[in-house]
Amino acid sequence: MIDIAIDIVSWVLLTLGGACVLIGGVGALRLPNFYTRIHAASLTDTMATILIFVGMMLQAGLSLATLKLAAIMLFLLLTGPTATYALANAALLSGLKPDADTIVGKNRADARG
Amino acid sequence: MYIVVSIAILITMVLALVRALMGPSVYDRVLAVNVFGTKTVLLLAVIAFLYGRPDFLDLALAYALINMVGILAVLEFFQNRSRLSQGADSD
Repeated sequence: MIDIAIDIVSWVLLTLGGACVLIGGVGALRLPNFYTRIHAASLTDTMATILIFVGMMLQAGLSLATLKLAAIMLFLLLTGPTATYALANAALLSGLKPDADTIVGKNRADARG
Repeated sequence: MYIVVSIAILITMVLALVRALMGPSVYDRVLAVNVFGTKTVLLLAVIAFLYGRPDFLDLALAYALINMVGILAVLEFFQNRSRLSQGADSD
């Protein structure tokens, strides 16, 4: 009974993680602006990583594989947002404006002016 | 169930490659390569469970380390280059 419950929970987590990966990939390809693409890509860095690794940890049970999975997940959760921040910082410092050619930014500038 | 997740990760890797090939700016390409590297780690971990070989988890850990250092090195290079070119323009 407990085994079936753990199987169901881990399958749900793995499916949700796969859906998050897919949504992030489509967003990173289709969104119009660089900063919106970075938003979609950072979704796959954190949410999908947590869901997929927790799902696999539930399948592995108490073993060395769970420890390795926890180490990989911790490392990915530490480095993924750091790399995303460094990327956005580098793009902003090099002069890539966040809303240079979108209509929303133009209207906001008009309203402020 | 692992095969579904690995297929989703493979599709995302293909989409990231398309974005890396057609990205307008350099940073789009770096972002796509970053996504590709992170998804490689995820794919290795899922394949370790798909084929029942936990040795692949060590490969995933090593690849995560290499990916992080590589992305930061590339970003530092492009950031310095853009600063140098801006300085050359202002001179």
